[in-house]
Amino acid sequence: MLNIKCPYCGDRSQKEFAYGGDGTITRPKLNQEISDEEWDNFVYLRKSPRGKHIELWHHIAGCRQWFKVERDTTTHEIFRTFKPEE
Amino acid sequence: MSQNFRLNTGGLINRDKPIEFKFNGKKYIGYEGDTLASALLANGIHLIGRSFKYHRPRGFFGAGVDEPNAKMQVEINGCSEPNINATEIELVNGLSASSQNCWPSVNFDIGAINNFLNRFFPAGFYYKTFMWPKSFWYRVYEPFIRKAAGLGIASLEKDKERYEHKYEYCDLLVTGSGPAGLASAYAAAKNGAKVILAEDKPRYGGTLLTDDVTIDNLSGKDWSEKIISELKEMPNVIVKNRSQVFGYYDHNMMVMFERTGDHLEKKPKYTPRQRLWYIRAKEVLLSTGSIERPIVFGNNDTPGVFLSAAAKEYMKVYGVLIGKKPIIFTNNDSGYETAIEFKKNGVNPIVLDTREDQKSELINEAKDLDIKIKFSYAVIVAHGYKKVKSATIGKLDKDKIDFENTEQIDCDSICVSGFWTPTVHLASQSGNKLKFNDSIDAFVPDKSKQNEHSLGAANGTFTLQDTLKNSFNTGSEVSKSITKKDEKIQIPNTNERKYSAHDKFWCSPLPKGKNYKRFVDFQNDVAVSDIEVALREGYRSIEHVKRYTTLGMATDQGRTSNLNGLQLVANVEKKIVPQVGHTTFRPPFTPVTIGTIVGREIGKEYMPTRKTPMHHWHEKNNAVWVDAGAWKRPRYYKRGNENLFEASKREAKNVRDHVGVCDVTTLGKIDIKGPDAAEFLNRVYTNAWLKLPVGKARYGVMLREDGIVMDDGTTTRISENHYHMTTTTAQAANVLSHLEYYLQIVWPELNVNVVSTTEQWAGAAIAGPKSRDLLAKLFPKIDVSNEALPFMGYVEGDLFGVKARIFRISFSGELAYEINVESDFGLFMWEKIIEIGEEFNVQPYGTEALSTLRIEMGHVAGPELDGRTIPYDVSLEGLVSKKKDFIGKRSLAKEAFNKADRQKIVGLVPLDRKSSIPEGSHLVENKNAKLPNPKLGHVSSSCWSVENNNPFSLAILKDGKNMIGKKLFAVSPLKNTSIEVEVMSSHYVDHEGKRVRS
Ligand SMILES: [Zn+2]
Repeated sequence: MLNIKCPYCGDRSQKEFAYGGDGTITRPKLNQEISDEEWDNFVYLRKSPRGKHIELWHHIAGCRQWFKVERDTTTHEIFRTFKPEE
Repeated sequence: MSQNFRLNTGGLINRDKPIEFKFNGKKYIGYEGDTLASALLANGIHLIGRSFKYHRPRGFFGAGVDEPNAKMQVEINGCSEPNINATEIELVNGLSASSQNCWPSVNFDIGAINNFLNRFFPAGFYYKTFMWPKSFWYRVYEPFIRKAAGLGIASLEKDKERYEHKYEYCDLLVTGSGPAGLASAYAAAKNGAKVILAEDKPRYGGTLLTDDVTIDNLSGKDWSEKIISELKEMPNVIVKNRSQVFGYYDHNMMVMFERTGDHLEKKPKYTPRQRLWYIRAKEVLLSTGSIERPIVFGNNDTPGVFLSAAAKEYMKVYGVLIGKKPIIFTNNDSGYETAIEFKKNGVNPIVLDTREDQKSELINEAKDLDIKIKFSYAVIVAHGYKKVKSATIGKLDKDKIDFENTEQIDCDSICVSGFWTPTVHLASQSGNKLKFNDSIDAFVPDKSKQNEHSLGAANGTFTLQDTLKNSFNTGSEVSKSITKKDEKIQIPNTNERKYSAHDKFWCSPLPKGKNYKRFVDFQNDVAVSDIEVALREGYRSIEHVKRYTTLGMATDQGRTSNLNGLQLVANVEKKIVPQVGHTTFRPPFTPVTIGTIVGREIGKEYMPTRKTPMHHWHEKNNAVWVDAGAWKRPRYYKRGNENLFEASKREAKNVRDHVGVCDVTTLGKIDIKGPDAAEFLNRVYTNAWLKLPVGKARYGVMLREDGIVMDDGTTTRISENHYHMTTTTAQAANVLSHLEYYLQIVWPELNVNVVSTTEQWAGAAIAGPKSRDLLAKLFPKIDVSNEALPFMGYVEGDLFGVKARIFRISFSGELAYEINVESDFGLFMWEKIIEIGEEFNVQPYGTEALSTLRIEMGHVAGPELDGRTIPYDVSLEGLVSKKKDFIGKRSLAKEAFNKADRQKIVGLVPLDRKSSIPEGSHLVENKNAKLPNPKLGHVSSSCWSVENNNPFSLAILKDGKNMIGKKLFAVSPLKNTSIEVEVMSSHYVDHEGKRVRS
């Protein structure tokens, strides 16, 4: 069970959080002209990197804030957690 | 029966308190402070079970977690549990144990025939023997293997015991209360750190209880008692015995198993039997000690063969002799400690030392006591079937690969010592890659991956002086960095014997022409020859050898077999052990009961139960419940002998004819506020939201980015910047997370806040032609006419002094309203509706009637919005805006979503107007077609249409748009039905939707 530092609440057990997927994805802008391929990449394609990765997590049983976590996917080491705008 | 092998004095047991227990039906006496193992040994009982594969007689081998053989079925406090280690369970009055894996009895075991047929049970025999014919597997082989190889028998009864979970946080967790654990915990505690010290055994002290040492002129035992009592006085320290830290998980999450109840004769009512601790420790100090390694020789599994340290522990802790004519077979000085202890207790051992004419302090001491020592000697084979009677021993040649001469000597036990293996399981679990230490022939922890340090024997440090020095220092240093305090501690003076170098000898060679079975893994019956076979057959990786031979895969996790197994592979492969590597250590270190893992989360405590404020009214009115997530909802209200079908038909009919009331509190409710709320809704929903006036509701559909419908519901504009969204019961939590995601991550520039208000509002839907009349009586001051409060209108009112929200929305397709009041007034509202509605024939209706009403109206719900449908599929394409962008819109342009024969929702009626169509039925053109019969669609929802008095179903059908009027078959292989159906519009009742607007 990971120990995750919510940037708003502090250190909490993984139990309080939900994993929210790849934190490096940017949603295309509304009304943006976009090819089928680009859109499909956004909707479906995700990297599954070995090692350092930025993820989204959601403090569902806490402050209900989404934030980003830089984590090693093999060792589970967490290097930093930060607010989405940081 | 007398305790013939109990010493008159000595040990830590209480001879004033005899304890009666049973083994295999026979009564015995032991003492308070005994384990089941020590009490049986005191009574001279060695034969305790049969081995796993060959059913060979087996006896005790160790004295604690190292024990591979003594797994028993134990009945204690009326609960029967298999695979309990007899060396770990404490003796209590009334305990009843029996042998496992033997039939009909441990003395006469039919399975032992396997021992004589052992050429048919080679390594990998499960893989080789039972592969074919395939049909034999479940009929013949599996039942046979299960019966013959089964360990204990799990009880089929419900576990009546209570188990608990506990969460704890600390600066330092210290695992093990031997010298390393005591010293480090003490140093850290003195620095003010919050310390948890966990000891697996009932007694603290570890090897200090059995080793002949002094610390500051106190015996090891007295010193450990002094430290423990000081630690117990300190408010920043938790000291726990009977507690095994068995798992080292991510971010220093440690899991500990505490045995709280089984050792108590009368357990207080609320004391759990066992407790699971989740401990988040800033630092973990692993002082888990070491386990003695066996030396492998012929028939080394015969009862009466022990680890030498175990024999010593039985004498020093339990006052029990494991034998009166022992052979000590050793490759190092430890064996001499056991020999000396035997001698002190009046028993004459003979020591066989594999080393050549070794000299040391201990050996001199043994010589001074007149203990017979034979250097360069080894045990070749033990004789005796159910108990060791004699042994063939031999003088090793110079290379120690053969014997110069052999002789047979009488003995009743053989104590082996093949040096020490650090217990590195937890360190390895933490991610620490182990390194091989040549000087001790074993793996020790290397660089830490988490905040952990191994101390003392667990780190390969085998002298007391070094252990104490390192442990006091590490305890101080690690705690200092947390508490910033630095209390100086005087490291105590120690007195211990000096060891001379050990010998790497680990396995007696076979004399020419002899084929003795030499076991490496006792619990899984893996012999030297099995591993050799695996290697001959080409298995190379130690992980493969392990799986093929099952070496180290038993419940003892290879604690005594692991290194000898590696040594053997290394020898055969002409490698060295570090090149072979080691298999992975995984939690749990020792077996943990399922009850403890489950804890209190059983039965109705498995998950929380959500009840609406009207729950007790429903209960009093014979509601039959259905689970909707964690919610309890009335499925129907039973009157007299009604069944589900009759009751739901009555309730639905009453809505169509008069008026019904339904508890809709469980619907998800989300408050949305902020100047950009309308813009946000416009992006979330597929339809237009910018022009919704205050006081109006609108139905909306939201998609996922992949174009699939996520949820639907109505949202009402309460005031300028304030909206009230409803979601389905099932999707409430997901929708909230979804909205939060877009507001916080994707469009943080929108000034909008969302919060769940599901728990804050109680909701009642009143539906049916009489609902307006009822509403008028509930709110006499409000104009509820169709003009003043039209379909999709919203108004706030006063329900006999209670503030209420009134929404004119409908799920049933009838004229209907939904009233919300604050949850505290939910029951008040409900009772008023029932009371005032009496004159209009109001009846409560449950989810079954609710489904009937929505299905015959063609309203979609969960079964249609199943994560595979786009708006077109469920005929919601009219709600998809062409002008604006929204979440998931771009996906709707996908080719597959725009095919001419795209699936679409339809209605189905059986041709016979009688047969109900099972939900999940597949729609096919020809029911007798050759398999696989092409599937055209599936039945999503079924009901008995109360309007038309015949069955009606909704289905998602390929090219549904052009299938109206066609005849198909709805087949359900599960229900074994095949019903001819007619395809029609999904709107079976009130096609134009007049009623909701009436
Ligand atoms: Zn938080």
